[in-house]
Amino acid sequence: MRIGNLLKLALAAALSISAFSLAQAEEKKWTHVRIGMEGEFRPWSFVTSDGKLEGFEVDLYKILCDKMGVTCEIVKQPFDGIIPALSIGKFDVIMSGMSATPKREEVIDFSEAYASTGQSFATIKGSPSEALPGTGKIYPLASDEAGAIKALEEMKPVLKGKIVGVQAGSIAATFLDKYLKNDITIREYKTTEQHDLDLKAGRVDMIIASRAYIAGAAAKPGNEDMIPVGPRFQGGVLGRGSSIGLRKSDPELRDMFTKAIKEVKADGTIKALSEKWFGYDVTPY
Amino acid sequence: MDFAFLWETLVSLITAVPLTLQLAAAAVVLGAVLALFLALMRLSGIWILSSIARAYVFVFRGSPLLVQIFLIYYGLGQFPAVRYSILWPILREPYWCAILALTLCNAAYASEIIRGGLLSVPFGQIEAARACGMSRLTLFRRIVLPLAIRQALPAYGNEIISMVKSTSLASIITLMEITGVAAKIMSETYRWFEILTLAGAMYLTINFALTRIVKLIEYRLSPHLRDPRALISNQPLVIAGENG
Repeated sequence: MRIGNLLKLALAAALSISAFSLAQAEEKKWTHVRIGMEGEFRPWSFVTSDGKLEGFEVDLYKILCDKMGVTCEIVKQPFDGIIPALSIGKFDVIMSGMSATPKREEVIDFSEAYASTGQSFATIKGSPSEALPGTGKIYPLASDEAGAIKALEEMKPVLKGKIVGVQAGSIAATFLDKYLKNDITIREYKTTEQHDLDLKAGRVDMIIASRAYIAGAAAKPGNEDMIPVGPRFQGGVLGRGSSIGLRKSDPELRDMFTKAIKEVKADGTIKALSEKWFGYDVTPY
Repeated sequence: MDFAFLWETLVSLITAVPLTLQLAAAAVVLGAVLALFLALMRLSGIWILSSIARAYVFVFRGSPLLVQIFLIYYGLGQFPAVRYSILWPILREPYWCAILALTLCNAAYASEIIRGGLLSVPFGQIEAARACGMSRLTLFRRIVLPLAIRQALPAYGNEIISMVKSTSLASIITLMEITGVAAKIMSETYRWFEILTLAGAMYLTINFALTRIVKLIEYRLSPHLRDPRALISNQPLVIAGENG
């Protein structure tokens, strides 16, 4: 009798293990996706004074999830820990103005890019940094790095010795480390709001961030003196544009997002949304 | 085991150790001075001084150090009155803001430890000293303070170690001490396990050295707890009073 029960238990265990491995062998069907967002990066995603989450990505994710036929949930996560949080499964994708850079691609996967805003400097009206040359020009680092380096050389007389604030872990921080490490003092902040506060207080002479972010920040009350200066840089070490970040083990989800992003790019949704939130078209070329 | 990466990370973290030690040392030394004043104010018997000290300890012990750092760095920087004052050259720099916040916090905890030490001096010693005719200052300097320091030392060692760990919060106001450098390397390479383990090991090493130093001071200050030294001599022991 006892051996009979043991046999039944062993059979049940064997069946459940085989059923489990059978389930693993099939592709995962996604019905509910958790999205990790910083929520403190206006106008990509930010919390309004009544506690609601709004922004370019907040509008975009609803459209993408509709197209993919899944329900989505937002998980708020500080930017500098967002990739580890994805890896341990706190959420399934990252949608937080995160550019697909070669460095990040070693650790996670990226979908097709849905926005490319470029990075530029900003300073306070009346500061000597206002004289930064190159305002209005765009330098794509991937195709024209030499031109960008030449432009940086022209900017160095103004930049020399200045203190520049940047968000830790961002592509702008990588840009400064690569091209300007020996000419300026770099101060790394946990959020973009913090470097804005210090720019106003005069602790840093300039900041560098997404051009779209600067446009949004300068429009906020209290920031009337903030102005963007200098050229716009994009591509190369700055990545191929903001994309959805995913774990390497979820290629089906990545393909679902890429398909949906291609659709919104083609039908002009990104253009319309970006003009609403950024004031200019950020559709990646 | 990527030894090349571990070695590089170790070298980067070691370059950050001087800043950590500077912040901790400044906070402990300046905090000790302030704490002594606060403890004396608290024990002075004068109501207004005692209340000020009590209020200070309540505020700085009861609120998180993180909040204090934010308020001093970002909060004060928002007032034009502060930005145009003579204090601005100091408050402008994150280094001094961090030392200020750490000192104020440390002083609150340390003043309670010192007050405990001062109150634990046996009253018999003080009575005897008064009977010998010592002035109040001599009494404090020769009797109360040495005994109080000895009593307070284990708890004070705790506080110093806590201060070394609290310097890690300075990384939120852009100071590149051990935790700040670790966070920067993590954001570049995403290898958080190795980097955090190394950073933790650095703090452990610093604190280990500190505990040894505190232990040595405790040992030197407590001769009465050690075994008496044995007398080794060829001469017979002469006891005074016996036949000259």
